[in-house]
Amino acid sequence: MTQITLHVNGRDRSVDLGDPETPLLYVLRDDLALHGPKFGCGHGQCGSCAVMVDGQAVRSCTVKAASVKGKITTLEGLGSPEQPSKVQAAFIAEAAAQCGYCTNGMIVAATALLGRNPRPKEVDIRTALAGNLCRCGSHVRVIAAVLRAAKEG
Amino acid sequence: MKRRSFLQGAAGLVVAFSIPRFAEAGPSTVETDSVDAYLAIAPDGSVTVYAGKVDLGTGARAAIRQIVAEELGVRPEKIAMVEGDTALTPNQGGTGGSTGIMVGGIQIRQAAATARQGLINLAAARLKQPADALVTADGAVVPRAGGSGIGFGALVKSGRLDLAVDKNAKLKNPDDYTIVGKSLARPDLPEKLTGRHDYVQDIRVDGMLHARVIRPPAIGAKLQNVDAASIAQIPGARIVRVRDFLAVVARREWDAVRAMRVLRATWSEAATLPGSETLFDTVRSTQVARTETLRNTGDAASVFAGAGRVLKASYRWPIQSHASMGPSCAVADIRDGGGTVWTAAQGTHRLRQVITQLLGLDMAKLRLIYKDGSGSYGGNGNDDVAFEAALISRELGRPARLQWMREDEHGWDPKGPPQLLDLRAALDPAGEVLAWETVAMVPQNNPAPTGAPLLAAVAGGFVDGSGMSSGLTSLNADPPYLFANARTDIKWLATTPLRPSALRAPGKIGNVFAVESFIDEICAETHADPLEFRLRRLKDPRAIEVLTRVGQMMAWKPRTTSPSRGGAMLRGRGISYMRYKQAENYVAMGMEVEVERNSGHVRVTRVVCAHDCGLMINPDAVRAQIEGSIIQTISRTLLEEVKFDSRRVTTTDWASYPILTFPEVPKLEIALIDRPHERPVGVGEASTAPVAAALGNAVFDATGMRLREVPFTPQRVKAAFAASA
Repeated sequence: MTQITLHVNGRDRSVDLGDPETPLLYVLRDDLALHGPKFGCGHGQCGSCAVMVDGQAVRSCTVKAASVKGKITTLEGLGSPEQPSKVQAAFIAEAAAQCGYCTNGMIVAATALLGRNPRPKEVDIRTALAGNLCRCGSHVRVIAAVLRAAKEG
Repeated sequence: MKRRSFLQGAAGLVVAFSIPRFAEAGPSTVETDSVDAYLAIAPDGSVTVYAGKVDLGTGARAAIRQIVAEELGVRPEKIAMVEGDTALTPNQGGTGGSTGIMVGGIQIRQAAATARQGLINLAAARLKQPADALVTADGAVVPRAGGSGIGFGALVKSGRLDLAVDKNAKLKNPDDYTIVGKSLARPDLPEKLTGRHDYVQDIRVDGMLHARVIRPPAIGAKLQNVDAASIAQIPGARIVRVRDFLAVVARREWDAVRAMRVLRATWSEAATLPGSETLFDTVRSTQVARTETLRNTGDAASVFAGAGRVLKASYRWPIQSHASMGPSCAVADIRDGGGTVWTAAQGTHRLRQVITQLLGLDMAKLRLIYKDGSGSYGGNGNDDVAFEAALISRELGRPARLQWMREDEHGWDPKGPPQLLDLRAALDPAGEVLAWETVAMVPQNNPAPTGAPLLAAVAGGFVDGSGMSSGLTSLNADPPYLFANARTDIKWLATTPLRPSALRAPGKIGNVFAVESFIDEICAETHADPLEFRLRRLKDPRAIEVLTRVGQMMAWKPRTTSPSRGGAMLRGRGISYMRYKQAENYVAMGMEVEVERNSGHVRVTRVVCAHDCGLMINPDAVRAQIEGSIIQTISRTLLEEVKFDSRRVTTTDWASYPILTFPEVPKLEIALIDRPHERPVGVGEASTAPVAAALGNAVFDATGMRLREVPFTPQRVKAAFAASA
């Protein structure tokens, strides 16, 4: 057993890893019951598993849990149905999801974008989300939601 | 009453958010002809809707509530909803073919109308007033003239109405609608977008093991030997084998992944596939199981026999994957001849029958509970993974959660099959179409009793693998225009290289691609304007309206060639039209594209769409479905093609099977035409169908090159430029 401590959503969480190579995603979903980040591809290709680490969007399916020293924020840590974050509220207002499976990654990537660029242009949003895949085709609403969040920021 | 004997224990308990354990549910098939099958009313007047069809991310969860709220007279937020649970919901058929509202919603609407009449009758006796002096509003029956009424809960103390659904129960006049037709917010989004919503991937059951499947290196390979020692160092990892079906389980999910990766197994050689490089040669040489004449007007054969000027073209649609964002997943607990499967399958009731048959269970003891999954667009891996999870659980005698990996989903989901269409048109000197002919080649539909052969059902020796089904793939292979002589034949092929299934708007996208591109070819050949040509050959005012609207939105002016054809960046525009299944939605589409001469890169810059689906329950949900349909189909048209060698699929991730990304997504302008007095038809598929033709027609306008094979990859476009130079 490899015991590690992760800083997740404002709390220190101690976890017995089992395999020291365990990706962060499995620790979040299985050990900490945080289901915001989703398993999409396991290769860092789609973005469904993204979480914030110190304000940056990180793909939790390819990063080893034991290597993460920073502050992790998951979709749950950003906000709740009762008190959604600015970005989450904008996504809800724009109905910027269909199945909603990939949307975790969109919200995380958009939150990270607004952290470094509070007034992005549409082209900046498209570029920032270029590595986030969506199969249902909610893209135009996602762009509208990020623009709305920026405007209301 | 078979389902809700358990409901009565707690005086009309509403079960939406605390679904009881299966053991308490009793015999578990819900009838479909009683109001109680669809609706339950609690003492506080709140209502639970039981829907056999499910919300796949479409907004049906809002729309069905709106239908019931409107027809019954109750606020939508007082309505809870249970979807697709086989112990609690009536079997309304699977959620496919855009039938969620068109069939499922309409059945529920009739139940609600019957319930309203029943509630009014109950209140009439209590209030000693004639029924026609009473109306329902806000969960109560009240006198039309005003005054105090009686709440639904007080009228129906048992929670049950004991009424057969009355096919003639009077429906509300759409002119009086106050809830249907409004864009109510989807109730599931706040939880989905904050991580609180339970997807099927999030279900955890006590004592559950995590499972992963090991696929053979080649389709049809036999498992010869498994080396258990190869996973001995992984804590608790175990092998589950049923003939050629191979899986590993472990208590920790990551350990199951590791075991899957390091397990050593020996398989027989198999090389049964023809390879994707020669796909359409394969299709053309496949045995025809039967030929069906879909439509035959006049005498096209005689006209062709004597025709001087005949235009011919063949169109090709490749094999494509559902490519769901989340690989399929299911949780199963199968013991003692029954149990529970949590699944995102689109047809839980049918799948319950299939699993019952395959595993020899007692259907009354098997319950499938629908949980949202990653979006599915037809038969992706959900049926497979549910059966595999059930099989693994049965072998273990304990609950199992099976999560497919990306390679399982891309590599092994049943595919949208290839389509090949040969088209001919006989033209007179003035450019009139004297005769039209479509010959479409698609795989036959001959499903086995257990549906399409599930991977593990074949590998485990439960079925022989025969039978296949990919939906209503022949429809829209005939042109929608008034031609005096037109014949459409479907050659139903005996086999197809990869296991097929219904993929969103099955067949219709490829068929409309061929038909509407060929119309454009005729226009180019006869110097006709594509908009005017179509309008002149349509009679139905709804068809004419959608096309006219698109023409206006595009500021369409007749021209013979794009003004930009000479440069490095070529720009063009194209239109297309179809009526879905020649019976449902009217959709016209216009596109503007840029084609980069050097790279062959095609980019859609603008899409306009006019869409008429009759009554719209929730216009924003309609709009979202159209947006998704357009974006997904642009992706399929520009990028998507499943490739395979002689052994297996080789496009098994997002790098080898790319989809459209944010920088490439065009501007969308959608005109929704509301016809509240027309029946509502489904919106999940129709607007996919005209996409590829509008895109191809725009590329032709830009370049003068006709692309007749999807996808329009840069390599293919460059090759076309080279060939035309």
